Amino acid sequence: MTGTEKTELQPKKKGLTRRQKRGLSRGVQYAVFVAAVIAFAVSADWGRLQNQFAQADIAERMFPEVITLALKNTVLYTVTGFAVGLALGMLIALMRLSSVGPYRWLAGLYIEIFRGLPALLIFIFIGVAVPLAFPGTEIVGGTYGKVALALGLVAAAYMAETIRAGIQAVPKGQMEAARSLGFSPARAMVSIIVPQAFRIILPPLTNELVLLFKDSSLVLFLGVTLEERELSKYGRDLASQTANSTPILVAGLCYLLITVPLGFVVRRMEAKAQEAVK
Amino acid sequence: MTPSRPEIRVSGLHKSFGDNQVLRGIDLEIGQGEVVCVIGPSGSGKSTLLRCVNLLEEPTGGQVFVGGAELTDPDVDIDAVRRRIGMVFQQFNLFPHLTVVENLTLPQRRVLRRGKAEAARVAAENLRRVGLAEKADAYPSSLSGGQQQRVAIARALAMGPEVMLFDEPTSALDPELVGDVLAVMRMLADEGMTMMVVTHEMTFAREVADRVVFMDGGVIVEEGAPGQVIGAPRHERTRHFLSRLLDPAMADVEEETSDQVGGPG
Repeated sequence: MTGTEKTELQPKKKGLTRRQKRGLSRGVQYAVFVAAVIAFAVSADWGRLQNQFAQADIAERMFPEVITLALKNTVLYTVTGFAVGLALGMLIALMRLSSVGPYRWLAGLYIEIFRGLPALLIFIFIGVAVPLAFPGTEIVGGTYGKVALALGLVAAAYMAETIRAGIQAVPKGQMEAARSLGFSPARAMVSIIVPQAFRIILPPLTNELVLLFKDSSLVLFLGVTLEERELSKYGRDLASQTANSTPILVAGLCYLLITVPLGFVVRRMEAKAQEAVK
Repeated sequence: MTPSRPEIRVSGLHKSFGDNQVLRGIDLEIGQGEVVCVIGPSGSGKSTLLRCVNLLEEPTGGQVFVGGAELTDPDVDIDAVRRRIGMVFQQFNLFPHLTVVENLTLPQRRVLRRGKAEAARVAAENLRRVGLAEKADAYPSSLSGGQQQRVAIARALAMGPEVMLFDEPTSALDPELVGDVLAVMRMLADEGMTMMVVTHEMTFAREVADRVVFMDGGVIVEEGAPGQVIGAPRHERTRHFLSRLLDPAMADVEEETSDQVGGPG
């Protein structure tokens, strides 16, 4: 309005402008970060670390078994666990959304229990308590069956909540349109609602797959034969055999071989989903 | 036109959402081949009435018959009755994960158990009727609102309904797209389809409807030939509504009255 007020908005001669302060602050942050990296790099004993974790000849000896056996088993455990979790999670999600009270309570109870327990305890439970409770019965598929079950039980609790959210995110009009065409509630769910829900929840489900991939290392608490070992167990065994930790590093890299591309795929799907909303 | 036999019969219909009484005793008969437009202010209960006719809303009291079957009978096979009733929504509600032609074929195959070839033939025929044969392989999201609504009408027609319900079919459309949808509806009316249309399109009601029903406050205030209800309304409430609808720029600012019925229109 008046001339004096106008000049207050102009940069003052003394002191820094807001833009300059921001630039300075960022410069300090970079400097601290670089200093920390340098301090870390200088203070670490790289020679000993390399000696213990990066012995090329030990790493070489792990191939091809680390891929053909360990990684293969890790993937197998993960995929079967995911399949069990998806089927069970679907059932629990539908129970949670049911109009029948007891179904809803049961599903809620399941989710609370299995989401609240560490996966490790569930593996021990499957490995110890189930054979005690049902002597003589063998879980189908031996260790593979047990792992699929244990991972599936854990994953189902999380996936049920994800699937429920996905189903509820489908607009109400879709169910109304399907019902008005003569679909029964169940058929409308299967043909119309669930396919749309899965498009919505594909990214979080893939995240769940990454989590399961890592949780599959818990199989070592079930006691496995040599042929049933997966990446973590295989790496640890070899590390104690060779009295060197290189196998641990190689096993770790094998995990990243799968999880990093999967994470990339998730981000791509999320970006695509964003695009579709627009 | 005198109804030959009532295709839709509603008697003593009540519907409440909690304490909110949306329908307070509706009696209505619609004869075979008759086109009835239901008009009224928002919140008058007209959409709720329409949704009660195929039981998308469960009536609190009263009876609904369609084609002789009682929908309000607790033991009725509601899915079987709904196959005879086509419904068109304000928001189209096409299935977005399916192409246009799949939107038409999937319900036929899953609900009517039609074979692949027959479903495809019926779908193509109905898409041609609404003038969208060339959009068969498009996804709904790539169509304009008017095109989506015509696909929705074709989807309902592919099920071979005896009655069509329209819930404000043009209210979500850009003004220049309304005409295409109304043209399809007029074609259906000319072919003798029994239609119940909740609408704000007074020109359509005047020219196409056999009868116009004016609702306000959960009751039918007056009904009759379009020329009479729209042209020379007997009731003050109808006159008031029509004057505000036909000439909204001339309306006065009004005090809100407490007896107005809320809830879905």
